[in-house]
Amino acid sequence: MSAKIDLDNVSCDFGSFRAVDNANVSIEPGEFFSFLGPSGCGKTTILRMISGFINPTEGAIRIGGKDMRGQRPNQRPTALIFQNLALFPLMPIWENISFGLEVRGVDKVTRRKKAEELLELVDLKGAADKMVSQLSGGQKQRVAIARALAVEPSVMLLDEPLSALDLKLRQHMRAELRAIQKRTGVTFIYITHDQGEALAMSDRVGVMSQGRIQQIANPRDIYNAPINGFVAGFVGENNIFDGKAAAISGGMAGFETAYGTLRARINDDAKDKALRLYVRPEHTLLSATKAAENSIPVTVSEVSFEGAFISVLCHSDDGKLIVAELRNDGSATVPDIGTKLHASFDAARAALLPDANVRG
Amino acid sequence: MNDLIRRYGVTITALMCLLVAFWLVMLVVVPNITLFEQSFRPYLPVVEVGGPKDFYSFGNYAKVFDGSIERTFFGYAYTIPVHVMTFGLTIWYSIVVTVACFLLAYPLAFFMAKIANPKSLPTLLLLLFIPLWVSEVLRAFAWWIILAFKGPLNALLLAIGAIEAPVRWIVDYDGVVIGLTYTYVLFMLFPIYNAISSLDTNQIEAADDLGASWWRIHMRIVLPHAKPGIASGCVMVFMLSAGSLLVPSILGSTTSQWFTQTIDQWFKDALDWNTASAYAFILLLLCTVFVSIALKVFKVKLSDIAK
Ligand SMILES: Nc1ncnc2c1ncn2[C@@H]1O[C@H](COP(=O)(O)OP(=O)(O)O)[C@@H](O)[C@H]1O
Ligand SMILES: [Mg+2]
Repeated sequence: MSAKIDLDNVSCDFGSFRAVDNANVSIEPGEFFSFLGPSGCGKTTILRMISGFINPTEGAIRIGGKDMRGQRPNQRPTALIFQNLALFPLMPIWENISFGLEVRGVDKVTRRKKAEELLELVDLKGAADKMVSQLSGGQKQRVAIARALAVEPSVMLLDEPLSALDLKLRQHMRAELRAIQKRTGVTFIYITHDQGEALAMSDRVGVMSQGRIQQIANPRDIYNAPINGFVAGFVGENNIFDGKAAAISGGMAGFETAYGTLRARINDDAKDKALRLYVRPEHTLLSATKAAENSIPVTVSEVSFEGAFISVLCHSDDGKLIVAELRNDGSATVPDIGTKLHASFDAARAALLPDANVRG
Repeated sequence: MNDLIRRYGVTITALMCLLVAFWLVMLVVVPNITLFEQSFRPYLPVVEVGGPKDFYSFGNYAKVFDGSIERTFFGYAYTIPVHVMTFGLTIWYSIVVTVACFLLAYPLAFFMAKIANPKSLPTLLLLLFIPLWVSEVLRAFAWWIILAFKGPLNALLLAIGAIEAPVRWIVDYDGVVIGLTYTYVLFMLFPIYNAISSLDTNQIEAADDLGASWWRIHMRIVLPHAKPGIASGCVMVFMLSAGSLLVPSILGSTTSQWFTQTIDQWFKDALDWNTASAYAFILLLLCTVFVSIALKVFKVKLSDIAK
């Protein structure tokens, strides 16, 4: 069971402060959709509007085509998993999980059976009679998911559910959550400030900044074709160049910078805005000889070994930091500090982007 | 202790300990032990104190069983010693006061902890505290005036048409219950308020999100969480009510008698300190037993209350 969710021009004000500004998004049934953005950008507010704890100041939220205005949280087909889980510490695990059924007047035997089933689904067999305080962080996480699934929601709303877990467990739970979502077919709306999490788990990601949705796309497009500087910067590292666009043709443009004219991709609708050139470190190449285009002479100032890759920090003649990442697969020779090299990049891998889409 | 010495030096630490010890021993332990000892000795003229008639017995305690009266309870007639009845009524109306305080304090505490705007909370607390600046005697008299047959409460209720004829408020134990409830409701409010404040609002919202009704949210989430606070409020209100002398004296009617008033009469009218002490210890002991049983029944641990 799953439902489509539409946000039409949804805004939310707290007093004179606009926490969410004109959000428009259609989330497909059965989709795993993430809202990604820094803390305070309005993610939780969007989730609380969908679940019904706050009403949008403007705009409409529809679930399964039905306008949700005036519907209390308990009347909506949604289940919210809170940032701090909000499990009931005074009830044993099985009562926690079956609380939603208890509320609906389901008898105790059925409730218990359903709780055991759900515990099996989230890989927690045998925990039914434990108390919340006896579980580890990851196990609590699973109980929270089971409790939400018990009421058979069409939409699960998850507010940074993994943020309290340590790295290893977080990575494990990512796969787990994704698997549970696939198994149940429920629409998941997932909130996170961790770009790795959003990119790894989601069918689509909505990147937010200061209450505005900047871009909605699948994870690859978010990373490879960010729509603006904010998105490019939030989901990964960049070498950024200031300059002025000229000679635009066929989706490519020349960009006049202190290092000569560089070439990069450009979106038609970005033409008239103030632009900067963004290129990812892993697309920045280092060579002893000057490249045909987009080549900048640099001096290696630091080499840092990161495991899967090696990060080479260089400085141009006027002191600008340019970072190149080499894959640690034995193919690249790691330059010595002080070596004079040429940094370059493929024009198709670089983009001219405007800054974030923010208010005034 | 070492910490205290390091911080304040030996002299001040010693002084502090001495003062506390003095307070505990001279003002709490010694008077109580003296009264306890006296309660087992008969009330005698001064010349006979220490004489052959002055020996330990439970005679003073047994006096509660003296002097029976006839009563009916739902048509069933029985005789009961006057003082036992007074004691029973004191316990019963103290329970009534406790329940009344709870019914008033719980919604208010919930409102303050979870609904009221945190900015207006200091004002609210101030409003609650202002009456405490006035002495208990004055407050009891104020209620006596308010509840008087031709007093402002009746005038108001008549004016708005809520009643057709003035009501006698200070009959039987009614005035006492109203007065005690008013006097001790804050002792119920604050423990419950503290308990509810410590409840994570997300838990209420989670229950709401799962479809729980307002009633069930309170029964399953808020009340269980607030239970230690409620218990400590109830213990305080019950003990204070059962031990109160002032309010029953001022707001009592001709037919109301509080056990403390009986004790007071032994002290002041009969000048029999021995029997008075015995009665006081009966009250203390039985109230403690009663509270312990109540805590057992409601499955509250003493350590939870202390929190
Ligand atoms: N109830 C509220 N009253 C006033 N401001 C709020 C309230 N809730 C959130 N905000 C503000 O709205 C902004 C967005 O908050 P939130 O949605 O919680 O962000 P996120 O979840 O992305 O970290 C923040 O600046 C926050 O301070
Ligand atoms: Mg948040």
